Amino acid sequence: MGMLMSGTITTPGRAKIAARHLRTDKWWVQPLITVAVLVSFIIYSTWRAFENAHYFVEPYISPFYSPCLATSCVEGASGFGQPFGSWWVLSPSLLILVFPLGFRMTCYYYRKAYYRAFWQSPPACAVAEPHKTYTGETRQPLILQNAHRWFFYAGLIFNVILSYDAILAFKNAEGQWGHMQVGTLVLLANATFLWLYSLSCHTCRHTIGGRLKHFSKHPVRYKLWTKISELNHHHPKFAWISLIGVALADFYIRSVSTGFITDLTIF
Amino acid sequence: MTRTAKFRVWRGDANDGALKDYNIEVNEGEVVLDVIHRLQATQTPDLAVRWNCKAGKCGSCSAEINGRPRLMCMTRMNTFTDEETITVTPLRAFPVIRDLVTDVSFNYKKALEVPAFSGPANLKPGEYRMEQIDVERSQEFRKCIECFLCQDTCHVIRDHEENKEAFAGPRFFIRLAELDMHPLDTLDRKRAAQEKHGLGMCNITKCCTEVCPEHIRITDNAIIPMKERVVDVKYDPARWLGSKIRRREGL
Repeated sequence: MGMLMSGTITTPGRAKIAARHLRTDKWWVQPLITVAVLVSFIIYSTWRAFENAHYFVEPYISPFYSPCLATSCVEGASGFGQPFGSWWVLSPSLLILVFPLGFRMTCYYYRKAYYRAFWQSPPACAVAEPHKTYTGETRQPLILQNAHRWFFYAGLIFNVILSYDAILAFKNAEGQWGHMQVGTLVLLANATFLWLYSLSCHTCRHTIGGRLKHFSKHPVRYKLWTKISELNHHHPKFAWISLIGVALADFYIRSVSTGFITDLTIF
Repeated sequence: MTRTAKFRVWRGDANDGALKDYNIEVNEGEVVLDVIHRLQATQTPDLAVRWNCKAGKCGSCSAEINGRPRLMCMTRMNTFTDEETITVTPLRAFPVIRDLVTDVSFNYKKALEVPAFSGPANLKPGEYRMEQIDVERSQEFRKCIECFLCQDTCHVIRDHEENKEAFAGPRFFIRLAELDMHPLDTLDRKRAAQEKHGLGMCNITKCCTEVCPEHIRITDNAIIPMKERVVDVKYDPARWLGSKIRRREGL
């Protein structure tokens, strides 16, 4: 997609209107919010991924660092072992973040959001885009968006791990089971919204039953498909809530770890 | 209650044209098409406008109102303030014939490029049998009234005339989805969608869904499912291998 002036909205033969658009509503608000939220998240998550500290405090581990798979992980943070050993000297977060990042980057909803907000292709409906040519998702690198399902599968594994982390949060700071703190609720909410985001995904909907030609021959899959379809209506909402939620969960754990806030005990 | 509204209507033909200002009477309960008709009856008898049912079912009165693709007959005047100037132009993705009338034959050409339903060779017409739940899925797509607002708003062709050759557009992606989801259709719609009708050019920015007056969930229920089906046959080596071993085409 080359970048240059307006496209062909002024093609000869079409109504001769020079304006790029004639919309009178605030069509630019939504892309602006998208840019603001995504840029904020990118800045925060990049900083946290490279910070390589304050990601573990008994019994919590930050979702940005779980699973922590290198020897450099702080003591007690590697519940799933340290298969990467000591050769990995950078932040252990960088080993895993590619998977959730890839899942969101190739997500059908986020594609809409960032194609509109960042690439302005188009910035809003019936507002001419600034590109001279357009090939969509037919060539490299955008044809790789078709790999969404692989990131979806990887995302499910991460959801299981983060749910396990939420269960571990029913321990107290001394490692005794049967307790609940505010942090437990934070990790539970984080895992729940990540599951809702993954299960409402278009690829999930397709895998469960969308690909079928005969619903009548697969009654169980059809029933599941109808349920996933209902969730799918709310996919954009879950995309935003889970994105902000994962950052807030990390921020909470960082704040407890640094002593910025005290993790209140519920029981 | 009667009031006077400010209208700006595009007048012209394929060679030239401009937006012209009019003050025109509006009565309670009216839609934009009513006002355009009054304009035609009282001030501009030569104003060209295509319309038919005035009930949002024929898809004839498609235009752009304040820059948004809409049906004139389904746009109520009480959604605008008294001070607002209402701009009405023809569809901007298609060649204009005169005033608000455009040449939408691009869509008829694209329709011809999609092969019709093709049932199994061992069944004659009249012998086809389907379960209700299999019929229901495609009913949503059959609500299409062919107003071509989705085609008009789609930036792939609206902003890139050169893509019209390779790109069928959202209206025909729902047609392909309808056929591919039909239990008895035998043609390979998935590869055709990607290789002949330009499905890969769609970047799912959902403007087609936003403008559809029938509220068909074009992107979520047709385009994305078709993109996933294309991945099944073209970009997923595991699915490809599975289909070769288990021979489960046409689940």
